[in-house]
Amino acid sequence: MDYFSTIILVLDSTVRLSVPLLFASLAGLYSERSGVFDIGLEGKMLAGAFAGGAAAAVVGSAWIGLAAAVAISIFFALVHGFASITHRGNQIVSGVAINFIAAGSTIILGQAWFRQGGRTPALPSDGSRFTEIKLPFADTVRDVPVFGPIYSELISGHSILVYLAFLTVPFTWWVLFRTRFGLRLRAVGENPAAVDTAGISVTWLRYRAVILAGVLCGFAGAYLSVAQNAGFVKDMTAGKGFIALAALIFAKWRPVNVMLACLLFGFLDAVAIRFSGIRIPAVGEVPPQFMQALPYILTVVLLAGFIGKAIPPKAGGQPYVKER
Amino acid sequence: MAEYAIELEGINKSFGPVRANRDIELRVERGTIHGIIGENGAGKSTLMSILYGFYQADSGKIKVNGETVTINTPNHAIDLGIGMVHQHFMLVENFTVLENVMLGAEGAQLLRGGISHARGELERLEHEYSLDVDPDGIIQELPVGLQQRVEILKALYRGAEILILDEPTGVLTPAEADHLFRILKQLKEQGKTIVLITHKLREIMAVTDNVSVMRQGTMVATRRTADTSVEELAELMVGRRVLLRVEKGEPTVGETKLRVESLTVKDSRGVTMVDNVSLDVRAGEIVGIAGVAGNGQSHLIEAITGIRRAQTGRVLLDGEPIGVTGEADPNLLRHRGLAHVPEDRHHMGLVLAFEENENAILGYHDDDKYLSGPMLNIAAIRADAEKKITKYDIRPPNPRLKTANFSGGNQQKIVLAREMERDPIVLIVGQPTRGVDVGAIEFIHKRIIEMRDQGKAVLLVSVELDEIRSLSDRILVMFAGRIVGERTPDATEGELGLLMAGVEGDKAEAAE
Repeated sequence: MDYFSTIILVLDSTVRLSVPLLFASLAGLYSERSGVFDIGLEGKMLAGAFAGGAAAAVVGSAWIGLAAAVAISIFFALVHGFASITHRGNQIVSGVAINFIAAGSTIILGQAWFRQGGRTPALPSDGSRFTEIKLPFADTVRDVPVFGPIYSELISGHSILVYLAFLTVPFTWWVLFRTRFGLRLRAVGENPAAVDTAGISVTWLRYRAVILAGVLCGFAGAYLSVAQNAGFVKDMTAGKGFIALAALIFAKWRPVNVMLACLLFGFLDAVAIRFSGIRIPAVGEVPPQFMQALPYILTVVLLAGFIGKAIPPKAGGQPYVKER
Repeated sequence: MAEYAIELEGINKSFGPVRANRDIELRVERGTIHGIIGENGAGKSTLMSILYGFYQADSGKIKVNGETVTINTPNHAIDLGIGMVHQHFMLVENFTVLENVMLGAEGAQLLRGGISHARGELERLEHEYSLDVDPDGIIQELPVGLQQRVEILKALYRGAEILILDEPTGVLTPAEADHLFRILKQLKEQGKTIVLITHKLREIMAVTDNVSVMRQGTMVATRRTADTSVEELAELMVGRRVLLRVEKGEPTVGETKLRVESLTVKDSRGVTMVDNVSLDVRAGEIVGIAGVAGNGQSHLIEAITGIRRAQTGRVLLDGEPIGVTGEADPNLLRHRGLAHVPEDRHHMGLVLAFEENENAILGYHDDDKYLSGPMLNIAAIRADAEKKITKYDIRPPNPRLKTANFSGGNQQKIVLAREMERDPIVLIVGQPTRGVDVGAIEFIHKRIIEMRDQGKAVLLVSVELDEIRSLSDRILVMFAGRIVGERTPDATEGELGLLMAGVEGDKAEAAE
């Protein structure tokens, strides 16, 4: 029973930790499926987290925080689109620039506005944060063996954004493979010329994809500062945008695989937190740095050897120029 | 109904300083196949792109079925019943046939209804025009002939009454091309109007009713195909008389200079691209390798020239093995007398960002005559370039000009001059006239024959069957990595075509 509850606890934090990865990774999926590489997931998420934390602190509403996060993230997405779609700039450079701007400006603005060393004020749980939702009967079934803890600990008791994140997965699949927009989105990432000659605007299609990426990065950011934590801390994304990117490649740009990849990375993170400082016989105490580095090491190993060839959308990274 | 499906009046289009189309007049009769012929860069594709709404004309008038129209986007063109089959297929390679046909004409926001409607409609079209393709086949797994059929179906699905085909046979075998022409004739019978763009005279004569000739952005003539001849069209295209068949004497054959023994080459995925190929090229002869692109010719050349490692086999240059399975070094081989004009001059033959004189010595830049001590002797290099420019009639005659600014034919001459002027033992030439205009083709062919007459061993690889037949002293046909037959240059096109399509030699003769 002790083991069981440990497993439940680890899985519970797996879910929590994978949510920002999932939002960001799906954001990347929309963008990259349309042929626009997005290395700026990290920056958009960070800017979103800051805007969300700041707006929620000032206005006192989690929803306003979310709206602010999405708005600022869309703004950065549009900058990326303007540089890489309209002006056919280098998508990697544009993404890196967004990461730098977000990293620097959140600290400067945070310090200027709130004078708490780059933090935003701590959010009380009175509506200015997304709090945990208790699903119906969570308390009633709590004592049922096995099912009880799974339902009331693992499934119940998350904020609305968590449920939203996991609902976004089937939604994205549906959009991609069951709608006209999805068909065109996949086509434009493979061969934009085919889309253009079919009489569809490549530019507008890619802009919509990039905007969707902005929306989802905003959700990821808001989750970090307004749901998972009570406020923004500097550099709070801590490379999650890049892990999300790794998950996207790992998942070969497919929505359900993206969810599994994000859960895996979330799980590694959860294990690292739960077992930091643990003693292993013959080895002694495992340094916490090693446990923290574990997800990244595994990312490299998994990406290097275990997933086979990940073939990105063929037109990815290339601005569309009509021949001549 | 008006007599003409398309009328173009005074169309002008410039790209920066280049006037791609000047005062073009064109009338295409309804229900006919109308050919537009011209050299590369004559402005044919630009004109059709204007008609398809891909570009907008700077001035001029377009009439479709007698009504003046403005075509700003491909959507307008599609609405007017104009469909286009592009030279490079506009297909999404990892999509199914059905998805490609639907793209841009899906019906509603959700795909569900559209898919079943499209499937029914596609089957009807396939039946009506006997264009058989599996709707669920993935494009990248289909042969190019079928991919092209999908392009045609795409246009028909959108209700095209006027079909434009841009260089449709470039990627096809002769048999596939003949099949395409049958399809086109059938479409014509059913009342469609077809515009066929090509630079191949044979195709014009074979299928068109009328033909218009373009040269340097202008429309120089329109003829009834029945009232014209290949010679007249060629002259109109180039603006002067052209020799279509190269004059050449009997070869004076010497000893074997290049011997390939049981060469097997695999590509990076481990697929066998060259399968146990043996061949000899003797001094003073041209051996041509015919074949549809992608049957291992490129890998064969790359292995012989040391660019790609072979798995097994031996290659002897002038009697000496060159180590194709291991230590072959392209640079060393070139210096030993194995000159190579690569198939893709942009990718392998030239650095487009360099000046002409730099490309003229590329790879041979460490020859003593181009050096002074450890430094390049710029004066000597430029003087050398000037000499080659004169001898090979490279235009414009400016050795300081960036190579990218030369036309395809002149770029090819830069490569040829570099390789031929070094007096090699063996000359390997891949696709010598790909993307080269008729005037330059004539010159290049003459130079290749001259090399032969000087006693060089020449190995020629080309997907242009006419070129192979007019230049070669012996023809080898390559299919699926193997040499499937050897023929003399007087073998018929049909026989070679069957070999190229993989029909066994005996059957190919029987079928004749």
